Amino acid sequence: MTLKYDPTLKYAGTDEWARAEGDIVVVGISDYAQDALSDIVYVELPEVGDEVSAGDAVATVESVKAASDILTPVSGEIVEVNEALDDAPEVINEDPYGAWIFKVKASDLSELDKLMDAAAYEAFNATREH
Amino acid sequence: MSELKRTALYDVHVAMGARMVPFAGYEMPVQYPTGPMAEHHAVRNAAGLFDIDHMGQVRLIGPDAEAFLQYIQPRDVSQMKDWDAEYSYLCYQDGTFVDDIFIYKLPDGEWMIVINADNRDKDIFWMDTHIVGFDADIVDISDPTYMLAIQGPKAQAVLQKLTDCDLNQVAFHTAAKIQIGGIDTLVGATGYTGEYGYELFFPEEKAIAMWELLLETGKEDGMLACGLAARDSLRFEACLPLYGHEINARVEPVGARLSWVCDWDKGPWIGREAVLKTKLEKADMLLVGLEMIDKGVPREHYDIAKDGKIIGWVTTGMKSPTLGKFLALAYVPRGYNKFGTELEVIIRGKPKKAVVVRRPFYIPAYRR
Repeated sequence: MTLKYDPTLKYAGTDEWARAEGDIVVVGISDYAQDALSDIVYVELPEVGDEVSAGDAVATVESVKAASDILTPVSGEIVEVNEALDDAPEVINEDPYGAWIFKVKASDLSELDKLMDAAAYEAFNATREH
Repeated sequence: MSELKRTALYDVHVAMGARMVPFAGYEMPVQYPTGPMAEHHAVRNAAGLFDIDHMGQVRLIGPDAEAFLQYIQPRDVSQMKDWDAEYSYLCYQDGTFVDDIFIYKLPDGEWMIVINADNRDKDIFWMDTHIVGFDADIVDISDPTYMLAIQGPKAQAVLQKLTDCDLNQVAFHTAAKIQIGGIDTLVGATGYTGEYGYELFFPEEKAIAMWELLLETGKEDGMLACGLAARDSLRFEACLPLYGHEINARVEPVGARLSWVCDWDKGPWIGREAVLKTKLEKADMLLVGLEMIDKGVPREHYDIAKDGKIIGWVTTGMKSPTLGKFLALAYVPRGYNKFGTELEVIIRGKPKKAVVVRRPFYIPAYRR
Protein backbone atom coordinates (compact mmCIF):
# COMPACT_ATOMS: atom_id res chain seq x y z
CA MET A 1 0.00 0.00 0.00
CA THR A 2 1.38 3.38 -0.99
CA LEU A 3 1.10 6.21 1.51
CA LYS A 4 -0.45 9.46 0.34
CA TYR A 5 1.02 12.93 0.67
CA ASP A 6 -0.98 16.12 0.15
CA PRO A 7 1.41 18.62 -1.48
CA THR A 8 -0.63 21.59 -0.19
CA LEU A 9 0.10 20.73 3.49
CA LYS A 10 3.06 21.17 5.84
CA TYR A 11 4.21 18.27 8.00
CA ALA A 12 5.81 17.86 11.43
CA GLY A 13 8.38 15.17 12.21
CA THR A 14 5.83 13.92 14.76
CA ASP A 15 3.40 13.20 11.88
CA GLU A 16 0.89 16.02 12.21
CA TRP A 17 -0.11 17.98 9.10
CA ALA A 18 -0.98 21.67 9.15
CA ARG A 19 -2.75 24.03 6.77
CA ALA A 20 -2.95 27.78 7.26
CA GLU A 21 -6.27 29.45 6.45
CA GLY A 22 -5.49 33.10 7.18
CA ASP A 23 -4.25 33.08 10.78
CA ILE A 24 -6.11 29.87 11.57
CA VAL A 25 -4.01 26.69 11.38
CA VAL A 26 -5.91 23.43 10.77
CA VAL A 27 -4.20 20.31 12.19
CA GLY A 28 -4.61 16.59 11.52
CA ILE A 29 -2.41 13.50 11.26
CA SER A 30 -0.70 12.13 8.19
CA ASP A 31 -1.48 9.02 6.20
CA TYR A 32 1.79 7.60 7.54
CA ALA A 33 0.56 8.15 11.10
CA GLN A 34 -2.89 6.63 10.64
CA ASP A 35 -1.39 3.63 8.86
CA ALA A 36 1.14 3.09 11.66
CA LEU A 37 -1.55 3.47 14.34
CA SER A 38 -3.95 1.04 12.65
CA ASP A 39 -7.71 1.31 13.32
CA ILE A 40 -8.47 4.46 15.33
CA VAL A 41 -11.11 4.04 18.04
CA TYR A 42 -11.15 7.33 19.97
CA VAL A 43 -9.85 10.88 19.77
CA GLU A 44 -9.49 12.94 22.93
CA LEU A 45 -9.99 16.50 21.72
CA PRO A 46 -8.68 19.70 23.31
CA GLU A 47 -11.06 22.31 24.75
CA VAL A 48 -11.96 25.32 22.65
CA GLY A 49 -10.28 28.30 24.29
CA ASP A 50 -7.19 26.39 25.45
CA GLU A 51 -4.01 28.45 25.12
CA VAL A 52 -1.33 26.22 23.60
CA SER A 53 2.37 26.46 22.73
CA ALA A 54 3.99 24.86 19.71
CA GLY A 55 5.01 21.31 20.62
CA ASP A 56 2.33 20.86 23.34
CA ALA A 57 0.44 17.57 23.36
CA VAL A 58 -3.10 18.87 22.95
CA ALA A 59 -5.02 15.84 21.71
CA THR A 60 -4.68 12.06 21.89
CA VAL A 61 -5.49 9.60 19.15
CA GLU A 62 -6.27 6.13 20.48
CA SER A 63 -6.00 3.19 18.12
CA VAL A 64 -6.39 -0.55 18.60
CA LYS A 65 -2.63 -0.54 19.13
CA ALA A 66 -1.79 2.46 21.29
CA ALA A 67 -2.49 5.97 22.48
CA SER A 68 -0.61 8.64 20.55
CA ASP A 69 -0.18 12.30 21.51
CA ILE A 70 -0.96 14.90 18.88
CA LEU A 71 1.24 17.98 19.13
CA THR A 72 0.22 21.42 18.01
CA PRO A 73 2.72 22.72 15.46
CA VAL A 74 1.91 26.36 16.30
CA SER A 75 1.21 28.44 19.41
CA GLY A 76 -2.07 30.22 19.93
CA GLU A 77 -5.62 29.49 20.98
CA ILE A 78 -7.74 26.42 20.13
CA VAL A 79 -10.72 27.90 18.28
CA GLU A 80 -12.47 24.79 16.97
CA VAL A 81 -12.35 21.01 17.43
CA ASN A 82 -13.72 18.36 15.10
CA GLU A 83 -16.60 17.03 17.22
CA ALA A 84 -17.60 14.63 14.44
CA LEU A 85 -14.58 12.51 15.44
CA ASP A 86 -16.38 11.68 18.70
CA ASP A 87 -18.81 9.44 16.87
CA ALA A 88 -16.66 8.47 13.91
CA PRO A 89 -12.92 8.49 14.74
CA GLU A 90 -12.37 6.01 11.91
CA VAL A 91 -12.68 8.80 9.33
CA ILE A 92 -9.04 9.60 10.18
CA ASN A 93 -8.13 6.17 8.80
CA GLU A 94 -10.33 6.65 5.76
CA ASP A 95 -9.39 10.23 4.91
CA PRO A 96 -6.46 11.47 7.01
CA TYR A 97 -6.09 14.75 5.12
CA GLY A 98 -9.82 15.48 5.22
CA ALA A 99 -10.33 14.57 8.88
CA TRP A 100 -8.88 17.56 10.72
CA ILE A 101 -8.65 17.34 14.52
CA PHE A 102 -8.38 20.93 15.81
CA LYS A 103 -7.87 24.52 14.64
CA VAL A 104 -5.49 26.99 16.28
CA LYS A 105 -5.65 30.75 15.95
CA ALA A 106 -1.90 31.19 15.52
CA SER A 107 -0.02 33.89 17.42
CA ASP A 108 3.02 33.47 15.18
CA LEU A 109 2.48 31.97 11.73
CA SER A 110 6.25 31.83 11.15
CA GLU A 111 6.29 28.74 13.39
CA LEU A 112 4.92 26.91 10.34
CA ASP A 113 8.24 27.51 8.58
CA LYS A 114 9.82 24.88 10.86
CA LEU A 115 7.61 22.19 9.28
CA MET A 116 8.48 20.08 6.25
CA ASP A 117 6.85 20.23 2.86
CA ALA A 118 5.36 17.03 1.43
CA ALA A 119 8.54 16.05 -0.46
CA ALA A 120 10.76 16.51 2.59
CA TYR A 121 8.30 14.62 4.80
CA GLU A 122 8.09 11.76 2.33
CA ALA A 123 11.90 11.60 2.22
CA PHE A 124 11.97 11.70 6.04
CA ASN A 125 9.51 8.80 6.24
CA ALA A 126 11.62 6.76 3.83
CA THR A 127 14.38 6.78 6.45
CA ARG A 128 12.09 5.41 9.20
CA GLU A 129 11.22 1.84 10.02
CA HIS A 130 7.49 1.66 9.43
CA MET B 1 17.24 -11.32 22.87
CA SER B 2 17.18 -14.64 21.08
CA GLU B 3 16.25 -14.83 17.42
CA LEU B 4 12.52 -14.74 16.68
CA LYS B 5 11.09 -17.92 15.23
CA ARG B 6 8.96 -17.94 12.10
CA THR B 7 6.06 -20.22 11.32
CA ALA B 8 5.90 -22.08 8.01
CA LEU B 9 3.44 -19.41 6.82
CA TYR B 10 5.75 -16.44 7.44
CA ASP B 11 6.42 -15.74 3.76
CA VAL B 12 2.73 -16.18 2.94
CA HIS B 13 1.74 -13.61 5.58
CA VAL B 14 4.33 -11.13 4.33
CA ALA B 15 3.16 -11.60 0.74
CA MET B 16 -0.41 -10.91 1.89
CA GLY B 17 0.78 -7.59 3.32
CA ALA B 18 0.46 -8.60 6.98
CA ARG B 19 2.13 -6.51 9.66
CA MET B 20 4.45 -8.89 11.51
CA VAL B 21 5.19 -8.38 15.21
CA PRO B 22 7.13 -10.30 17.85
CA PHE B 23 4.78 -12.46 19.90
CA ALA B 24 5.77 -15.23 22.28
CA GLY B 25 9.13 -15.65 20.55
CA TYR B 26 7.60 -15.75 17.07
CA GLU B 27 7.12 -13.21 14.33
CA MET B 28 3.36 -13.35 13.90
CA PRO B 29 0.81 -11.40 11.83
CA VAL B 30 -0.92 -8.82 14.04
CA GLN B 31 -3.12 -7.68 11.18
CA TYR B 32 -3.58 -7.95 7.43
CA PRO B 33 -4.27 -4.95 5.17
CA THR B 34 -8.01 -5.42 5.91
CA GLY B 35 -7.32 -4.15 9.46
CA PRO B 36 -8.23 -5.52 12.90
CA MET B 37 -11.77 -4.10 12.91
CA ALA B 38 -12.76 -5.70 9.60
CA GLU B 39 -11.12 -8.95 10.67
CA HIS B 40 -13.01 -8.89 13.98
CA HIS B 41 -16.36 -8.30 12.28
CA ALA B 42 -15.64 -11.02 9.71
CA VAL B 43 -15.37 -13.56 12.54
CA ARG B 44 -18.57 -12.34 14.25
CA ASN B 45 -20.56 -12.28 10.99
CA ALA B 46 -18.91 -14.79 8.65
CA ALA B 47 -15.58 -16.48 9.32
CA GLY B 48 -11.92 -15.85 10.00
CA LEU B 49 -8.75 -17.91 9.56
CA PHE B 50 -5.93 -17.64 12.10
CA ASP B 51 -2.34 -18.89 12.03
CA ILE B 52 -1.85 -20.01 15.62
CA ASP B 53 1.11 -22.29 15.09
CA HIS B 54 2.95 -20.52 17.90
CA MET B 55 0.75 -22.57 20.28
CA GLY B 56 2.42 -25.68 21.68
CA GLN B 57 1.13 -29.24 21.81
CA VAL B 58 2.28 -32.11 23.99
CA ARG B 59 1.18 -35.73 24.07
CA LEU B 60 0.88 -37.72 27.24
CA ILE B 61 1.37 -41.44 26.66
CA GLY B 62 1.85 -44.53 28.77
CA PRO B 63 -0.23 -46.57 31.24
CA ASP B 64 -0.34 -43.73 33.81
CA ALA B 65 -1.04 -40.90 31.37
CA GLU B 66 -4.56 -40.34 32.75
CA ALA B 67 -3.47 -40.60 36.38
CA PHE B 68 -0.70 -38.09 35.69
CA LEU B 69 -3.10 -35.70 33.99
CA GLN B 70 -5.50 -35.99 36.95
CA TYR B 71 -2.63 -35.00 39.22
CA ILE B 72 -1.37 -31.94 37.32
CA GLN B 73 -4.64 -30.09 36.66
CA PRO B 74 -8.01 -29.53 38.38
CA ARG B 75 -10.53 -31.06 35.93
CA ASP B 76 -11.76 -34.62 36.46
CA VAL B 77 -10.56 -36.09 33.18
CA SER B 78 -11.94 -39.57 34.07
CA GLN B 79 -15.30 -38.05 33.03
CA MET B 80 -13.98 -37.34 29.53
CA LYS B 81 -14.81 -39.75 26.71
CA ASP B 82 -12.56 -40.45 23.73
CA TRP B 83 -12.51 -37.38 21.44
CA ASP B 84 -13.70 -34.98 24.15
CA ALA B 85 -11.88 -31.64 24.33
CA GLU B 86 -12.02 -29.47 27.46
CA TYR B 87 -10.51 -26.32 28.98
CA SER B 88 -8.35 -26.49 32.09
CA TYR B 89 -5.19 -25.01 33.62
CA LEU B 90 -2.07 -25.89 35.56
CA CYS B 91 -1.47 -24.48 39.04
CA TYR B 92 1.52 -24.24 41.31
CA GLN B 93 1.21 -25.62 44.85
CA ASP B 94 0.23 -22.13 46.05
CA GLY B 95 -2.71 -22.10 43.61
CA THR B 96 -1.32 -19.50 41.20
CA PHE B 97 -1.31 -20.22 37.47
CA VAL B 98 1.41 -22.01 35.54
CA ASP B 99 -0.66 -21.79 32.33
CA ASP B 100 -4.09 -22.50 30.93
CA ILE B 101 -4.50 -25.48 28.63
CA PHE B 102 -6.86 -27.39 26.37
CA ILE B 103 -7.09 -31.14 26.89
CA TYR B 104 -7.94 -33.60 24.10
CA LYS B 105 -8.74 -37.19 25.03
CA LEU B 106 -7.62 -39.36 22.13
CA PRO B 107 -8.27 -43.11 21.68
CA ASP B 108 -6.03 -45.78 23.24
CA GLY B 109 -5.37 -43.84 26.43
CA GLU B 110 -3.53 -40.99 24.74
CA TRP B 111 -3.97 -37.32 25.59
CA MET B 112 -2.99 -34.16 23.80
CA ILE B 113 -2.58 -30.89 25.65
CA VAL B 114 -2.48 -27.53 23.91
CA ILE B 115 -0.35 -24.98 25.76
CA ASN B 116 0.53 -21.32 25.33
CA ALA B 117 3.52 -20.53 23.15
CA ASP B 118 5.17 -18.35 25.76
CA ASN B 119 4.94 -21.13 28.33
CA ARG B 120 6.04 -24.09 26.25
CA ASP B 121 9.42 -24.67 27.90
CA LYS B 122 8.15 -23.72 31.35
CA ASP B 123 5.11 -26.04 31.15
CA ILE B 124 7.06 -29.02 29.91
CA PHE B 125 9.76 -28.52 32.55
CA TRP B 126 7.08 -28.16 35.23
CA MET B 127 5.28 -31.33 34.08
CA ASP B 128 8.61 -33.16 33.99
CA THR B 129 9.31 -32.28 37.61
CA HIS B 130 6.01 -33.89 38.66
CA ILE B 131 6.05 -37.02 36.51
CA VAL B 132 8.28 -38.96 38.92
CA GLY B 133 6.44 -42.14 39.99
CA PHE B 134 4.07 -42.12 37.01
CA ASP B 135 4.59 -44.60 34.17
CA ALA B 136 3.95 -41.94 31.56
CA ASP B 137 5.84 -39.82 29.06
CA ILE B 138 5.55 -36.24 27.86
CA VAL B 139 6.20 -35.85 24.15
CA ASP B 140 6.55 -32.32 22.76
CA ILE B 141 4.93 -32.44 19.31
CA SER B 142 4.79 -28.65 18.83
CA ASP B 143 7.31 -28.48 16.00
CA PRO B 144 5.93 -31.16 13.63
CA THR B 145 2.31 -30.15 14.40
CA TYR B 146 0.83 -27.17 12.59
CA MET B 147 -2.12 -25.36 14.15
CA LEU B 148 -4.70 -23.14 12.46
CA ALA B 149 -8.09 -21.91 13.70
CA ILE B 150 -11.16 -21.29 11.59
CA GLN B 151 -13.82 -19.40 13.53
CA GLY B 152 -17.21 -17.81 13.00
CA PRO B 153 -20.80 -18.64 12.04
CA LYS B 154 -19.69 -19.72 8.53
CA ALA B 155 -16.68 -21.77 9.71
CA GLN B 156 -18.54 -25.07 9.56
CA ALA B 157 -19.93 -24.40 6.08
CA VAL B 158 -16.48 -23.49 4.76
CA LEU B 159 -14.78 -26.52 6.28
CA GLN B 160 -17.61 -28.85 5.20
CA LYS B 161 -16.81 -28.09 1.53
CA LEU B 162 -13.39 -29.67 2.03
CA THR B 163 -14.20 -32.86 3.92
CA ASP B 164 -16.35 -35.98 3.54
CA CYS B 165 -16.86 -36.12 7.29
CA ASP B 166 -20.27 -34.80 8.39
CA LEU B 167 -19.18 -31.97 10.68
CA ASN B 168 -22.58 -32.06 12.42
CA GLN B 169 -21.18 -35.20 14.06
CA VAL B 170 -18.29 -33.23 15.55
CA ALA B 171 -20.11 -31.64 18.48
CA PHE B 172 -18.87 -28.55 20.34
CA HIS B 173 -15.88 -29.48 22.52
CA THR B 174 -15.23 -32.76 20.74
CA ALA B 175 -12.64 -33.74 18.15
CA ALA B 176 -12.28 -36.03 15.17
CA LYS B 177 -9.63 -37.25 12.77
CA ILE B 178 -10.71 -36.18 9.32
CA GLN B 179 -9.27 -35.31 5.93
CA ILE B 180 -9.40 -31.70 4.77
CA GLY B 181 -8.54 -31.43 1.10
CA GLY B 182 -6.80 -34.77 1.47
CA ILE B 183 -4.70 -33.65 4.45
CA ASP B 184 -4.96 -35.79 7.61
CA THR B 185 -6.17 -33.44 10.31
CA LEU B 186 -7.21 -33.61 13.92
CA VAL B 187 -10.10 -31.16 14.14
CA GLY B 188 -11.32 -29.85 17.50
CA ALA B 189 -14.65 -28.03 17.67
CA THR B 190 -13.42 -25.24 19.88
CA GLY B 191 -11.76 -21.87 19.64
CA TYR B 192 -10.90 -18.58 21.27
CA THR B 193 -13.31 -16.08 19.76
CA GLY B 194 -16.75 -16.67 21.33
CA GLU B 195 -17.97 -18.11 18.03
CA TYR B 196 -18.39 -21.69 16.85
CA GLY B 197 -15.39 -22.92 14.95
CA TYR B 198 -12.54 -25.36 14.78
CA GLU B 199 -8.91 -25.69 15.67
CA LEU B 200 -6.96 -27.78 13.18
CA PHE B 201 -3.86 -29.87 13.85
CA PHE B 202 -1.97 -31.35 10.91
CA PRO B 203 1.62 -31.95 9.65
CA GLU B 204 3.68 -28.79 9.40
CA GLU B 205 4.76 -29.49 5.79
CA LYS B 206 1.11 -29.06 4.74
CA ALA B 207 0.81 -25.59 6.28
CA ILE B 208 0.87 -23.53 3.08
CA ALA B 209 -1.38 -25.94 1.18
CA MET B 210 -3.95 -25.97 4.01
CA TRP B 211 -3.88 -22.18 4.51
CA GLU B 212 -4.35 -21.42 0.82
CA LEU B 213 -7.05 -24.05 0.40
CA LEU B 214 -9.07 -22.74 3.36
CA LEU B 215 -8.64 -19.08 2.43
CA GLU B 216 -9.69 -19.70 -1.17
CA THR B 217 -12.66 -21.84 -0.12
CA GLY B 218 -13.84 -19.31 2.46
CA LYS B 219 -13.69 -16.34 0.12
CA GLU B 220 -17.26 -16.61 -1.15
CA ASP B 221 -18.54 -16.72 2.44
CA GLY B 222 -16.64 -13.56 3.38
CA MET B 223 -13.91 -15.27 5.36
CA LEU B 224 -10.82 -13.16 6.08
CA ALA B 225 -7.33 -13.99 7.29
CA CYS B 226 -7.15 -12.58 10.81
CA GLY B 227 -4.21 -11.42 12.89
CA LEU B 228 -3.44 -11.42 16.57
CA ALA B 229 -5.16 -8.06 17.15
CA ALA B 230 -8.53 -9.46 16.08
CA ARG B 231 -7.86 -12.66 18.03
CA ASP B 232 -7.35 -10.52 21.13
CA SER B 233 -10.44 -8.33 20.68
CA LEU B 234 -12.60 -11.39 19.95
CA ARG B 235 -11.49 -13.35 22.99
CA PHE B 236 -11.72 -10.18 25.12
CA GLU B 237 -15.39 -9.56 24.29
CA ALA B 238 -16.17 -13.16 25.21
CA CYS B 239 -14.06 -12.69 28.40
CA LEU B 240 -11.84 -15.67 27.64
CA PRO B 241 -8.68 -15.27 29.74
CA LEU B 242 -5.27 -14.73 28.19
CA TYR B 243 -2.18 -15.97 30.00
CA GLY B 244 0.04 -13.04 31.00
CA HIS B 245 -3.00 -10.77 31.33
CA GLU B 246 -6.02 -12.17 33.22
CA ILE B 247 -4.04 -15.13 34.54
CA ASN B 248 -0.41 -15.42 35.60
CA ALA B 249 1.76 -16.62 38.46
CA ARG B 250 0.47 -13.86 40.77
CA VAL B 251 -3.27 -14.61 40.59
CA GLU B 252 -5.32 -17.74 41.23
CA PRO B 253 -8.44 -19.44 39.81
CA VAL B 254 -11.04 -18.22 42.30
CA GLY B 255 -10.25 -14.55 41.73
CA ALA B 256 -9.92 -15.20 37.99
CA ARG B 257 -13.47 -16.73 38.09
CA LEU B 258 -12.20 -20.04 36.77
CA SER B 259 -12.81 -22.32 39.77
CA TRP B 260 -15.75 -23.90 37.88
CA VAL B 261 -13.11 -26.09 36.23
CA CYS B 262 -12.09 -27.63 39.58
CA ASP B 263 -13.27 -31.03 40.70
CA TRP B 264 -12.87 -31.24 44.48
CA ASP B 265 -13.68 -34.96 44.79
CA LYS B 266 -11.43 -36.59 42.20
CA GLY B 267 -8.44 -36.90 44.51
CA PRO B 268 -5.28 -34.84 44.90
CA TRP B 269 -4.06 -32.40 42.26
CA ILE B 270 -1.32 -29.85 42.45
CA GLY B 271 -2.64 -26.62 43.94
CA ARG B 272 -5.90 -28.15 45.20
CA GLU B 273 -5.48 -27.21 48.87
CA ALA B 274 -4.54 -23.61 48.09
CA VAL B 275 -7.37 -23.11 45.59
CA LEU B 276 -9.90 -24.77 47.90
CA LYS B 277 -8.80 -22.57 50.80
CA THR B 278 -9.33 -19.47 48.64
CA LYS B 279 -12.69 -20.83 47.50
CA LEU B 280 -13.83 -21.24 51.12
CA GLU B 281 -12.30 -18.03 52.48
CA LYS B 282 -13.02 -15.99 49.31
CA ALA B 283 -10.48 -14.33 47.05
CA ASP B 284 -8.99 -10.94 47.89
CA MET B 285 -8.88 -9.73 44.29
CA LEU B 286 -11.59 -10.49 41.76
CA LEU B 287 -11.67 -10.16 38.00
CA VAL B 288 -14.53 -7.88 36.93
CA GLY B 289 -15.87 -6.36 33.74
CA LEU B 290 -15.87 -2.58 33.50
CA GLU B 291 -17.68 -0.25 31.13
CA MET B 292 -16.44 3.31 30.80
CA ILE B 293 -18.95 6.02 31.71
CA ASP B 294 -16.50 8.79 30.77
CA LYS B 295 -14.98 8.38 27.33
CA GLY B 296 -11.48 6.95 27.10
CA VAL B 297 -9.68 3.77 26.20
CA PRO B 298 -8.73 1.64 29.21
CA ARG B 299 -5.56 -0.33 28.57
CA GLU B 300 -3.59 -3.07 30.29
CA HIS B 301 -1.76 -2.00 33.50
CA TYR B 302 -3.82 1.17 33.95
CA ASP B 303 -4.67 1.73 37.61
CA ILE B 304 -8.19 1.34 38.99
CA ALA B 305 -9.09 3.83 41.72
CA LYS B 306 -11.98 4.47 44.09
CA ASP B 307 -12.29 7.95 45.60
CA GLY B 308 -8.72 8.72 44.57
CA LYS B 309 -7.17 5.58 46.09
CA ILE B 310 -5.54 3.00 43.79
CA ILE B 311 -7.26 -0.35 44.37
CA GLY B 312 -6.68 -2.46 41.27
CA TRP B 313 -5.45 -2.78 37.71
CA VAL B 314 -6.68 -3.32 34.16
CA THR B 315 -5.70 -6.67 32.58
CA THR B 316 -7.13 -5.97 29.11
CA GLY B 317 -9.10 -3.02 27.80
CA MET B 318 -10.18 -1.60 24.47
CA LYS B 319 -13.07 -0.26 22.49
CA SER B 320 -15.17 -3.34 21.85
CA PRO B 321 -15.60 -3.62 18.07
CA THR B 322 -18.88 -5.56 18.37
CA LEU B 323 -20.51 -3.51 21.13
CA GLY B 324 -18.97 -0.12 20.36
CA LYS B 325 -18.29 0.44 24.09
CA PHE B 326 -15.07 1.15 25.94
CA LEU B 327 -14.63 -1.96 28.11
CA ALA B 328 -12.04 -3.47 30.41
CA LEU B 329 -11.29 -6.56 32.43
CA ALA B 330 -9.74 -5.58 35.74
CA TYR B 331 -8.78 -6.95 39.14
CA VAL B 332 -10.44 -5.13 42.04
CA PRO B 333 -10.68 -6.01 45.75
CA ARG B 334 -13.66 -8.06 46.92
CA GLY B 335 -16.39 -5.62 47.85
CA TYR B 336 -15.88 -3.52 44.71
CA ASN B 337 -17.05 -6.29 42.40
CA LYS B 338 -20.83 -5.77 42.49
CA PHE B 339 -22.58 -4.76 39.25
CA GLY B 340 -23.20 -1.04 39.25
CA THR B 341 -20.22 -0.18 41.46
CA GLU B 342 -18.64 3.04 40.18
CA LEU B 343 -14.85 3.06 39.95
CA GLU B 344 -12.27 5.15 38.15
CA VAL B 345 -9.78 4.08 35.53
CA ILE B 346 -6.69 6.31 35.56
CA ILE B 347 -6.12 7.20 31.92
CA ARG B 348 -2.96 9.22 31.36
CA GLY B 349 -3.10 10.62 34.87
CA LYS B 350 -6.79 11.49 34.84
CA PRO B 351 -9.48 9.50 36.66
CA LYS B 352 -12.24 8.48 34.25
CA LYS B 353 -15.50 7.03 35.56
CA ALA B 354 -16.36 3.40 34.88
CA VAL B 355 -18.95 0.96 36.21
CA VAL B 356 -18.77 -2.75 37.02
CA VAL B 357 -20.83 -4.73 34.50
CA ARG B 358 -21.65 -8.38 33.87
CA ARG B 359 -19.17 -10.62 32.10
CA PRO B 360 -18.96 -11.80 29.40
CA PHE B 361 -19.46 -8.59 27.45
CA TYR B 362 -20.40 -10.72 24.44
CA ILE B 363 -22.24 -13.97 25.10
CA PRO B 364 -20.50 -16.70 23.08
CA ALA B 365 -22.56 -18.34 20.33
CA TYR B 366 -22.28 -21.70 22.09
CA ARG B 367 -23.77 -20.33 25.31
CA ARG B 368 -26.91 -18.82 23.81
